[in-house]
Amino acid sequence: MDDTVIRIRDAVVSYREDVALQGVSLEVKKGEFIGIIGPNGAGKTTLLTVINGLGKLVHGQAWVLGTRLNGGNHNNLRKRIGYVAQVERIDPRLPINVRETVTVGCYGCLGLFHRPGRAHREKVDEVLEMVGIAHLAERPIGHLSGGEYQRAAIARALVQQPEIFLLDEPTASIDQKAQREILGLIQLVHREYSMTTLFVTHDLRMLPSICQRLILMKDGRIWQQGGPESMLKEEVLGQLYGTAVPAEIASSPRFHRDSSQ
Amino acid sequence: MDLSVFSYHFMQMAILAGVLGGVACAVVGVFVVTMHLSFIGVCIAHAAFAGALLGLWLGFDPLIGALLFSLAAAAIIGPLADRGELNPDTSIGIVFSLMLGLAFLFMGLMHGARTEALNLLWGSILTVSQGDMIFLAATTAVIVGLLAAFYKEVQAVICHREVALAVGIPATVIFYGLLFSTGVTVTASLQSIGGLLIFSLILNPAAAAYQLTYSLKRMIFIAAGFGVLSCWLGLIASYLFDVPSGAAIVITSTAIFGLATAFSPKRKVKGWQQAQLTG
Repeated sequence: MDDTVIRIRDAVVSYREDVALQGVSLEVKKGEFIGIIGPNGAGKTTLLTVINGLGKLVHGQAWVLGTRLNGGNHNNLRKRIGYVAQVERIDPRLPINVRETVTVGCYGCLGLFHRPGRAHREKVDEVLEMVGIAHLAERPIGHLSGGEYQRAAIARALVQQPEIFLLDEPTASIDQKAQREILGLIQLVHREYSMTTLFVTHDLRMLPSICQRLILMKDGRIWQQGGPESMLKEEVLGQLYGTAVPAEIASSPRFHRDSSQ
Repeated sequence: MDLSVFSYHFMQMAILAGVLGGVACAVVGVFVVTMHLSFIGVCIAHAAFAGALLGLWLGFDPLIGALLFSLAAAAIIGPLADRGELNPDTSIGIVFSLMLGLAFLFMGLMHGARTEALNLLWGSILTVSQGDMIFLAATTAVIVGLLAAFYKEVQAVICHREVALAVGIPATVIFYGLLFSTGVTVTASLQSIGGLLIFSLILNPAAAAYQLTYSLKRMIFIAAGFGVLSCWLGLIASYLFDVPSGAAIVITSTAIFGLATAFSPKRKVKGWQQAQLTG
């Protein structure tokens, strides 16, 4: 049986005059953990929006979890995809607490007129425990630190019980300790649930060592792709970013070790 | 104080209009305040006023004109604010000034006395007709009913709209539903509160409640309470000091907001909120 969960062919996406994706083709197998790197404006986030049905293709075709993306609203597809964006600025007075925010994850699947039952509440408790913020459950969401907020966002996505997990710069704008913890949590989640995961970052230091394949994007195209050991080389990354990349980042030993596993 | 005035039919109707208008305005106010869309709401309110004046000028029911204009304004402003073709403030400002311009144009084109037009501007809760009351009651019932039926979706959209869309909630439909319900509420309250003053009754009770709680459910109940209280206290002030009722209601609701802000437990947050956002 074909285990391809994402198939994109020659996708073109444009925002008015700007072409954000130009002729991107990609196949992703079930359970893969893929890192997507590239400079700002390379089209990484746009690629994720195509996958969750929010980016409109002006050319090309895309199938995600068996659904052909045709410009409709694709709410049913999004119920099956967890999405975590970078920390956003939240009004500290917002009248919603952490538990309620995490529970929003199951609202799409529940559908209109249905309220979360005991099973949903137990799932929320279980996930809050897993991501390490059970003690913050009753705190207003705007009162969390950046790292705690990302844990809540990951918890919300997990409550959704998604088949695909999209992470768009989840470690941007948070301190280094929190960044390491969030990366650890993302890897733990992948080991636990084996979800197909696409992890976008422009910061090479934030690439999880669990990555099986790296996609290098530049100017709206997939510039190169392959295993981390063949992509994370000084000369490749230097060309990708248009500037010298420090050797300790380019030849990160964690990838060479993990890729042999 | 002579309480015999409350035995009059017009006063009982005014008290009832205060309950219905106070609740409906406060509930849509919670949507507007939580989504930080106050300017959109002001714009919809002025569109309703312009539409009502068009009705008066051309001789059809002003409420129909108000309803059509406020819904049209919501339908134009929503995409303008969303698509980012222009800065939302700029595009809403343009629609707002157009609506105000149209309102004064229609008023200028009217022949004869403009008493009815001025009533729509200031509102008159003491002369609400039975038809207006039925429309207001129906609007309040529908808005409260829809909120109860779609509470979880409304909560997700007004607190985390992007997230709501990402988890598969029909966030765009809910968002436009909230904008349209603002338009309908403004229309229903136009006769009693007035086109220029209505938005204070939408904004102030909800903004006051926003200062006092982190629970959306509690915020809705507190806002509704403040809305009704503003109407009742405004009515009493209007009777005691012989001042226009709409103005008295709005000033009362602003005073409630001032008190809520002064005693807000959320003010204590401010110190470390900065550290958290930069952290």
